[in-house]
Amino acid sequence: MIKKGAWVRIHKIVLEPRDRAPQVPEDTKTVPLELWVKGWLQKDAEIGKEAEILTRTGRKEEGTLLEENPTYRHGFGEFVPELLVISDQVRELVFGGGK
Amino acid sequence: MDRNRDYTSVMARKGEIMKKSVGIDYGAFESGSIAFDYEGMMRETGYTLEEIIKIQSHVHVGNTPIIELRNLTALARKCAKPGFGARILIKDEAANPSGSFKARRAAIAIYHAKKLGFKGVISATSGNYGAAVASQAAMAGLKCIVVQECYDSKGLGQPEIIEKARKCEALGAEVVQLSVGPELFYKFLLLLEDTGYFNASLYTPFGIAGVETLGYEIAVQFQEKYGRHPDVVVCTNAGGGNLTGTARGLLKANAHSIVVGASVSLAGLHMASDGQFNRKSFTTGHTGFGVPFSSWPDRSDVPRSAARPLRYMDRYVTITQGSVFYMTEALASLEGLEKGPAGNTSLAAAFALAQEMPQDQMILVQETEYTGAGKHVQPQLSFARENGIKVTFGDPKDEVPGESLILPAHPSLIKATDVDLDHIRKSLIKTALGGGKTPTERDIQFLAEETRKDESFVRSAIAELQKNQ
Repeated sequence: MIKKGAWVRIHKIVLEPRDRAPQVPEDTKTVPLELWVKGWLQKDAEIGKEAEILTRTGRKEEGTLLEENPTYRHGFGEFVPELLVISDQVRELVFGGGK
Repeated sequence: MDRNRDYTSVMARKGEIMKKSVGIDYGAFESGSIAFDYEGMMRETGYTLEEIIKIQSHVHVGNTPIIELRNLTALARKCAKPGFGARILIKDEAANPSGSFKARRAAIAIYHAKKLGFKGVISATSGNYGAAVASQAAMAGLKCIVVQECYDSKGLGQPEIIEKARKCEALGAEVVQLSVGPELFYKFLLLLEDTGYFNASLYTPFGIAGVETLGYEIAVQFQEKYGRHPDVVVCTNAGGGNLTGTARGLLKANAHSIVVGASVSLAGLHMASDGQFNRKSFTTGHTGFGVPFSSWPDRSDVPRSAARPLRYMDRYVTITQGSVFYMTEALASLEGLEKGPAGNTSLAAAFALAQEMPQDQMILVQETEYTGAGKHVQPQLSFARENGIKVTFGDPKDEVPGESLILPAHPSLIKATDVDLDHIRKSLIKTALGGGKTPTERDIQFLAEETRKDESFVRSAIAELQKNQ
């Protein structure tokens, strides 16, 4: 149970596949248009159940409750060793030779 | 408000919603046929250059430094024939509060929204503009919503877009994230209607006039430091505002530098495809925006786009994804400047173009952008690899967007490929004449201005179209 007033993230379907715009490519047409937004939970709710939130601009949105205190999980990714090759190559070309 | 909220009904209210949310009566500039009064729109609804400089300076935007890239120039000269390899310089736009030149556009949009009494602003963007709007709205005490195309149907999002969502939220904005598709515009319209906020579109006259200071500063700073103007200015081209504003600013300062547009080649990838969304390694600055927006600027979120790059472009080149990543690493390794890759699209093009120019000439790259987790060469290459894109060393000309990402085996392999501008010009004329309109004399003149050609070019393009009908 997530308590009222918690900072949460919700998810909802904006357009079902049948309601999508006519110009959308075939692969996109088979999936819904989805939305994710964050806000303060308006009533105690369970994850996976419908919930209402108040966003940072004071809008009300309803959707499926996904998580409390949603965080950022992006980073610098897995190391890409090719970048060292480029770095060494350009340094050698400009500053190397004869040294 | 008891109005229908289904897709068709909302789209049908587009004109009405836009009029309320932009504060411009575009009808005043229309002729009733093809032509419209572009300069009139820029004049009547914009601000003078002096006013814009003042507005931007008050919110710490602009007056960014120009940095000479001596070591990258040396590298270009190693790859060029003797006597060639122009001096490469960069305008450090990452020094703006939100970390990119987009702060220039946002500063004017937010100033105008505040002046008109709007309580908040909305912008539809996955790019640096969202952060710029959020940053300026924070300073002005306005509420801000950024609508972002963010995830594919598996819920997978590019690290670059997710980083920009983080930045917008850090600056106090509400970020509405959507899955892939052009119906983002539908949600955007609903939000404008529900909130009554200002549409801080990238494509209003304020948004473009805000970039004019960039071109103007380039001319003034060059004159002060080098006693001349740059021979060539390279602008990353997506929606066209960067190039349009910069070129207009250069002209206002009487600088007649050659203006080159540069986009990353994403040939073969469909921009609205759920399956291809995460198979591109550039979310902006690519041909998916650059080509359609050049050939038809009015596809944007306002009735008339103030970004009309064909009017100002002397040349348009493409560059590969792998070449831009290579140059981003080279910029860090040789110049000690760690910047986001998307902004280095024009740098990669300039590196190739400098080699066509004699050593006494100067070529300016007119932007940089901030970098960090998600928005850095490393997570972007790593993400590509995780999504099945082959990342290898080789010849960039063999790169297939969506399948491979080829890092040049040697910097001499980095080449700028010319886009046939006449083809884009004819495409613009074709769209303008859509439905078999008969152009008036004024329309012909307008299309000549739009395509930066003479009236005989327009007439022969029209004759060619009619012959093929």
